[in-house]
Amino acid sequence: MTVTANRDAARARASALHPGAWWVWALGLGVAASRTRNPLLLALLIGVSAYVVMACRSNAPWARSYGAFVKLGLLVLGIRLVFSLVFGTAIPGTHLLFRLPEVPLPDWAQGMRLGGPVHLEEVLFSLYDGLRLATLLVCVGAANALADPSRLLKALPAALYEVGVAVVVATTFAPHLIGDVLRLRAARRLRGRPDRGVRGLLQVGLPVLEGALERSVALAAAMDARGYGRTAAVPAAERRVTAVLTLGGLLGVAAGSYGLLSAVGGVYGLPLLLAGVTAALAGLWLGGRRTPRTRYRPERWGARAWLVSGSGVAVAALTVLAAAHDPSALTPPVTPPTAPELPLWPAAAVLLGLLPAFLAPHVAPGPGSASASASPSAPAPVSASASPSANAPASASASVPNGKDRRP
Amino acid sequence: MIRFEDVSVTYDGAREPAVRGVDFEIPEGELALLVGPSGVGKSTVLGAVNGLVPHFTGGTLRGRVTVAGRDTRTHKPRELADVVGTVGQDPTAHFVTDTVEDELAYGMESLGLAPDVMRRRVEETLDLLGLADLRERPVSTLSGGQRQRVAIGSVLTPHPRVLVLDEPTSALDPAAAEEVLSVLQRLVHDLGTTVLMAEHRLERVVHYADRVVLLPGPGEAPVVGGPAEVMAASPVFPPVVELGRLAGWSPLPLTVRDARRRASGLRERLATADDTRPPVPVPAALAVPALTAEPARRRWWRSRHRGAADLAPGPSGASGTAGTGPASEPGPASLAGAPGGTGAATASGGLPAPAPVPAAVDRLVVRRGSVEALRSVSLTVSPGETVALMGRNGAGKSTLLSALVGLVEPASGSVLACGAVPHRTRPRDLVRRVGLVPQEPRDLLYADTVAAECAAADRDAGAESGSCRALVTELLPGIADSTHPRDLSEGQRLTLALAVVLTARPPLLLLDEPTRGLDYAAKTRLVGHLRRLAEEGHAVVLATHDVELAADLAHRVVMLADGEVVADGPTAEVVLALPAYAPQVTKVLAPQRWLTVRQVREALA
Repeated sequence: MTVTANRDAARARASALHPGAWWVWALGLGVAASRTRNPLLLALLIGVSAYVVMACRSNAPWARSYGAFVKLGLLVLGIRLVFSLVFGTAIPGTHLLFRLPEVPLPDWAQGMRLGGPVHLEEVLFSLYDGLRLATLLVCVGAANALADPSRLLKALPAALYEVGVAVVVATTFAPHLIGDVLRLRAARRLRGRPDRGVRGLLQVGLPVLEGALERSVALAAAMDARGYGRTAAVPAAERRVTAVLTLGGLLGVAAGSYGLLSAVGGVYGLPLLLAGVTAALAGLWLGGRRTPRTRYRPERWGARAWLVSGSGVAVAALTVLAAAHDPSALTPPVTPPTAPELPLWPAAAVLLGLLPAFLAPHVAPGPGSASASASPSAPAPVSASASPSANAPASASASVPNGKDRRP
Repeated sequence: MIRFEDVSVTYDGAREPAVRGVDFEIPEGELALLVGPSGVGKSTVLGAVNGLVPHFTGGTLRGRVTVAGRDTRTHKPRELADVVGTVGQDPTAHFVTDTVEDELAYGMESLGLAPDVMRRRVEETLDLLGLADLRERPVSTLSGGQRQRVAIGSVLTPHPRVLVLDEPTSALDPAAAEEVLSVLQRLVHDLGTTVLMAEHRLERVVHYADRVVLLPGPGEAPVVGGPAEVMAASPVFPPVVELGRLAGWSPLPLTVRDARRRASGLRERLATADDTRPPVPVPAALAVPALTAEPARRRWWRSRHRGAADLAPGPSGASGTAGTGPASEPGPASLAGAPGGTGAATASGGLPAPAPVPAAVDRLVVRRGSVEALRSVSLTVSPGETVALMGRNGAGKSTLLSALVGLVEPASGSVLACGAVPHRTRPRDLVRRVGLVPQEPRDLLYADTVAAECAAADRDAGAESGSCRALVTELLPGIADSTHPRDLSEGQRLTLALAVVLTARPPLLLLDEPTRGLDYAAKTRLVGHLRRLAEEGHAVVLATHDVELAADLAHRVVMLADGEVVADGPTAEVVLALPAYAPQVTKVLAPQRWLTVRQVREALA
């Protein structure tokens, strides 16, 4: 635990980056990825996200999700390739690689094929396409690893707070479930049953679900006992106005977006949408007054948050511009197959996404960079976390009523 | 402050009320203790204070419960959240958010306190409970004691006028428990908070109580009174009270200090009886063969062939004991050891004979992530010996037990359980060498009836059918075949898990925190079982915070701190050297070396 304590101490909350900034940055990279099929650019994007994640992530449980997303990306890439090999693609090809045994299909399945010749062009195309999907996933994974999902939800408007809590509970539920599975699989070993393999996993299913259910009930009881769902008294008129605003706003949003998308409503579409959004926001704001909740240390959107999110937006904007300006560089042609080249300017734009790696380490409290401030502070957390009960008398000697004067 | 008026609670589908005729009042600023054997409805009474019973659990509550003037019939738990803070038995079930600091703030956020007030109180509580270093830590990475403190802190921050705690110290080591209790006492003294708590470990809490509410049996009306008068007639009592009853002291002492002031006469009587006094329990076998003779990768079938031969050099190999207790009396002890070992071998009936050393741990290092959970730990346990692993929460006790059953791999050093390397042995073969009853015995139980569980245990262990059921009948009489394991009480469930593990007749038995949630009667029964097993030649290793249990049962105490062995020796020597870990009887009768009331009683008889 010593390292955890140390790194977390260096990552003090007060100077932590707004989680929204990380999401904007990651989505920026994602938008850039969606605009290109150039494998070199995509690899560069993945590299940029990996570097920033390694440099900036904390030691919290969610920070480990990046690896999982990378694996998921590889899986998607693999599936995409296998599908194109088996079912073929619409890409015409001349460079025959090999021939799979073809399954004759009945007449009604015309236009489909199963097996058959595999051309280099097809493989390249699906490789690039799969890589793009994988990159998108990896970008989402980067945001997930860098931003605490529950803090992001704290930024929701008060009226949506309860939805947010439901999501937080759901997100903490999954790690608990995994913990349960591991514990119960370990327990299988104690019973003398194999603790590995699929069967082992299946047999713990029921106890795990039972445990999960019990835990949810216990959590609901605890939340209720701690004041979750308290409401303030609000005049009936205000409640009605809230309802009308929210419902009307949602209707407006629905009608407005229909108008925008369909051919007939080009005129009234946009104003209706805007009016709907405004009404819905007003409804949310009014509804928020019903919950007496306050926020503990709300997230602040500081200069660094602007820079981090700005770098993401810049990557996205420059890539979109480049795609409009020089489409062939961003989507290298596969017919005929050529070696992709790395376009200089889009690559430089992607490298802008590295900016957070150099901004974020400076979040460490105290002077200097993280590495400088982390090493002298190392001994203190080590000894403190090693003996939680040893340092208690000192802290416990201060009495309760005087606590107001003590600030760290 | 808390007022029960003729309250009875009947849960849906139950024929009898869970509690009946509960009628008492706890004035403001008192610390009240709710005691009673398991299953008498203590949790129901606690739940009724903040309205979770019946608003959340269902059932019917008759009578009236008022807290700070609010009737729980008309106020839901959330509307009582500003006056009542509740911490349940399992702190992990209590956490809503994922970091310590957010957890402390959660209750205040719900109540809508001003941000600057919240900030101040979080800092205050972090200091009060010694959590400042953990403020950014995810709650899932905390140790048991830290979690308990965070849970208490999280209900303290809204400054409730009433605190309700269900077994706040049972998962804590003695020092951490003292710390939590002193915090509670300070709240009572300085802020006038009213505290109602249930606790099985009375030796830790009874002297803090202003008032004791005793639920003598299921459905019986509570007895309310001062601690001394209730303890005089209570079916559950701490060792110091038991000693007081034995010595006939009146009024009964509740603290070690009171008892010491009255104990001079008893000490004299004991000094004269000292010549006939039974010695501090010695294991059946003190001498063990040198573990260096065991190559790390020896196959189990070879150990079977060499097992008998290895038993023989035992007495002469006493020099090889790795820091085992007193080697002063190797003669009789090792004589006793050999029959003990063969006894287990014959009992296992055709299974491979147990290897000579049930547990041999040599310079073991275990890493969890980048942290060294165990650093160069060496430990040898001989047949018939009972070893208590003690130490703070997070000192590495559970890790050591896990290493012995192969749940964690050693980073360096070696672990041998009956001659087998645990993490390389197939689970099927391992269960006949070593069995672990985990902290949560429920993890071991999958089936939906006791009978099915027993049948599965027989299959798993390759034992003849019916052997687990026979064990259950012996350890836990009166349990029907069709009972669902979930409907058993904590102690019954533990015993069922113990029976399941014992079906394979492992020479080495490990128990992790076996007495959590057990009342004194269940604990006495468990001690009886374990003592009998040790006499049969099983080696028993238990990780525990319960000093009274260790004193009663263990031949040897091994103290772990920060992943290292800091003390290893006979129980009496180790606990005498460490006041925090000394049982009450030892403290009362020091400098004489008595550990348990049982020893004193036998000496006086």
